[in-house]
Amino acid sequence: MTFLNFFINGISLGSIYAIIALGYTMVYGIAKMLNFAHGDVIMIGAYVCFYAISRYKLPAFVGVIGAVLICTILGIIVERLAYKPLRQAPSLAVLITAIGVSYLLQNSALLMWSSNPKFFKPIIARGAFKFFDGQLSISHITILTIATCVLIMIALSVFINRSRLGKAMRACSEDKGAAQLMGINVNATISLTFAIGSGLAAIAGALLCSAYPTLTPTTGSLPGIKAFTAAVFGGIGSIPGAFLGCLMLGVIEIFAKSYISSQLSDAVVFAVLIIVLLVKPAGLLGRMTQEKV
Amino acid sequence: MAIKKFINLNLKQRLSLKRTEAKKIFMTYLFVIVSFAILQGMSITGTLSSTMEGMLIPICAYSVMAVSLNLVVGISGELSLGHAGFMSVGAFTGTATAILLQNLIPLAPLRLAIAMMTGAFFAGVAGFLIGIPVLRLKGDYLAIVTLAFGEIIKSIFNNFYLGVDDYGLHASMLTDTTNLASGGRMIIQGPIGISRIAKISTFTAGFILLMIALIIVFNLVNSRFGRVFMAIRDDRIAAESIGLNITRFKMIAFVTSAAIAGAAGCLFAMNYSTIFANKFDFNTSILILVFVVLGGQGNMLGSIIAAAALTILPEKLREFADYRMLLYALILIMTMLISNNDGIKYFFQKINPFRKKQEAE
Repeated sequence: MTFLNFFINGISLGSIYAIIALGYTMVYGIAKMLNFAHGDVIMIGAYVCFYAISRYKLPAFVGVIGAVLICTILGIIVERLAYKPLRQAPSLAVLITAIGVSYLLQNSALLMWSSNPKFFKPIIARGAFKFFDGQLSISHITILTIATCVLIMIALSVFINRSRLGKAMRACSEDKGAAQLMGINVNATISLTFAIGSGLAAIAGALLCSAYPTLTPTTGSLPGIKAFTAAVFGGIGSIPGAFLGCLMLGVIEIFAKSYISSQLSDAVVFAVLIIVLLVKPAGLLGRMTQEKV
Repeated sequence: MAIKKFINLNLKQRLSLKRTEAKKIFMTYLFVIVSFAILQGMSITGTLSSTMEGMLIPICAYSVMAVSLNLVVGISGELSLGHAGFMSVGAFTGTATAILLQNLIPLAPLRLAIAMMTGAFFAGVAGFLIGIPVLRLKGDYLAIVTLAFGEIIKSIFNNFYLGVDDYGLHASMLTDTTNLASGGRMIIQGPIGISRIAKISTFTAGFILLMIALIIVFNLVNSRFGRVFMAIRDDRIAAESIGLNITRFKMIAFVTSAAIAGAAGCLFAMNYSTIFANKFDFNTSILILVFVVLGGQGNMLGSIIAAAALTILPEKLREFADYRMLLYALILIMTMLISNNDGIKYFFQKINPFRKKQEAE
């Protein structure tokens, strides 16, 4: 029974990673850049949510919607100011800029909200459903997390595969030049991708801090890196791949934490990433792209 | 095959290539020697403030770190985000060696030299082991995996226990099960790290290490190997197509860089009475990357100046300490925007009153 408990906790953690990883994988697919600052958008979202709920006593869903709005705007601003001027630059330059943005967000948060951890009030009431005479307990937040993740995953798949904007996004990720010739506004499409990714990051932030309630300016960075790890694990650029990779990574992390050592769990997670990249360099569901000269 | 000609230059071509390069190298050596002479003179005559005096060794260590990372990022063009990991390996193994040799070698400079060599050796070995999987990847994947390795090294040292007693060395992971005999000494104590370190690092040792690092890096860069690194950086596919073993050359750069970083880590650690694994985290890796980026990728003198300036500046601007990291972040972003966006570059060229006259093409 404890095994099943750990498994469900792992799926729940993996679902949070999946929501984060979507932002990473979409941006990577379309702009071919690793948005290092994505993890810090999660943190900003969580802070906005925290202040809305705990300080201004707003209902939880208003807080989450506020966080989504602010993070969406933040994502668009960051893309316009920092990444858009570097569209033609080498990937090393873009990556270093993204690290700079990540630091900027973290340290702005540090100055605005200090490094004292905040105790995040969960967005739904605490409590758990008990099964098998209380041997198996699934908390409300776990169910909400998994349900949200599945819902987002389905909605996003439909959006990308069925809608016109989704088609534009796929076209841009395939070939920006050709997409532009077909009359697609590439810049607007990239901005839209950043907006969706950042909005999802805000939801992930609220869910993450509901499950693990201490909130500091560095809360987002490690989950962000791990979600990216998971996205790479599943094959970057592929949405089902990100979903699968994240669920597996979440389960591996919880198992490593419970059965090996809580201090070494991060090392185990990263070791798994390295092994996967060695065996399948494109990830579990990624496709190998041939380099053209 | 221009690229092949570039790598296998004949002597005359090499000399002509070197003449332009030689001036830059000479200036770098001169700068380091003159600064050392001035600072050492000030230190002896006592005109140097005590805070400055305390920063001399960290400046040396960070300069060496920046030079070594510049070999990977600037010359061979791979972004490594786990450089502090090698510093950590060097710091822990080197300091442990120094503690073990405390009674055997009473002469402190010799002990420091051996400790640094041990640190460099172990960091080099770590670099080799990490390089095997990492260097098969490229670009962003390589960056994220070096980051992962940096975190793994940190986790390992955070859970590693090492002690010594009359029966020899005892090591354990996760929990302290070394059970030392009486009179034994714990060397590495997990998250607490190493404490009661005899501070044997000196500014002179730092200067010598920096000179050695520069000699190694410059000679490597201006050899056939260095030209291969640059060929791979500029066009990997072209370099591969003329039969260069990419992984092997990347490995040479990576291991050299790791070994130098290990020696620097050892120098850094022996300047403090305690060190712990969390000191060498992702932030430290980024800090060193900032030195390299700000000083100019591939420019060793720039790295040294950036390392020195960004170590001294926060001390001088203590009242703005909170804004320090914010400033670093802005510096990173601005440097990248200015150097990589034509519009912004042109704007800065226009307002720069010292700009060189544009040659008509």
